[in-house]
Amino acid sequence: MALDLSTALPDAAVKLGFPAADWRAAVIAAGDALVSSGATTDRYTQEMVAAIDRLGPYIVIAPGIAIAHARPSDAVLRSGLSWVRLEVPVAFGHAHNDPVGLVIGLAARDHEDHLEVMSALAGALADRGLSAALATADTPARVRELLAGDIGD
Amino acid sequence: MNVVCVCGMGIGTSIILKMNAEKALGRLGVPATVTTSDISAARGAAQGADLILTSAELAEKLADISAPVAVVNNFMDATEIETVLSDHLPRS
Repeated sequence: MALDLSTALPDAAVKLGFPAADWRAAVIAAGDALVSSGATTDRYTQEMVAAIDRLGPYIVIAPGIAIAHARPSDAVLRSGLSWVRLEVPVAFGHAHNDPVGLVIGLAARDHEDHLEVMSALAGALADRGLSAALATADTPARVRELLAGDIGD
Repeated sequence: MNVVCVCGMGIGTSIILKMNAEKALGRLGVPATVTTSDISAARGAAQGADLILTSAELAEKLADISAPVAVVNNFMDATEIETVLSDHLPRS
C-alpha cells in the first residue's frame, strides 16, 4: 500500500503507555502529539476537546477506540495522525464503547485529504487479529508496520 | 439506495462508517450510494436520503429529521453494520 505513514505518523506522534487521568487528558495528549510532530497548532487540540464538550463522546467509534479530531482549519499545518495508547483505559461517557485505551488523533486540511490514511486505519482496526496486535505494539515503528498492512516480522 | 453517514465534522468517523457501510452493502448485494455529512449539514444532506447512519449521541440531535436514522454503536463491526442496514432496506 502506497501509504506514507512515516510522514503521517512519525515517532513524535506516538505515545505508548501514556498515563491519563481522564478523557480530557487523553485527548489533550493526542493533540499534543499532533503538535509535537508538526501537524497542528495548540488551537487544534483545544478544538478537539471543545468538539467532545459540544457533541458528546461520539468519537468513541468502537470498543476502546476514540478518533479525536476537529474541523479542517488553519490550525492544521499538514495532515497527520497521532497515536496515544493509555497506560490505563479511561471512561469517555460512551454508552457502549467505554473504557477507551487508544486515542487516535486525526488532523486533515480538507475532507479529501486523509482518505488514504483513514482507509488503512479502518481496514487495520476492523481486522480483529490486527487490532489485537496494534493494541500491544510496543514501538512506533511496529504501529506503522501494522497499519501499513505489513504484518510479518 | 442513498445512505448518508453523519459525524460531528464530516471527516474522520463518518468516513470510517462510510467505508464499512459500503462493504456491508456490497455483501448484501444492495446497489447504494454512500456519502458523508457533518452534523450541521445533516438536515440538508438528509433530503433524498433513504437512511442516515450515525452514532447514538448524534442521533439524538437528528430526532426531527425527515429520513430514517439508524444508530451504529461500533463503526468497526461489520456484522453490526450489516444487521442495521438489512433492518432498514427499502421494501421492494
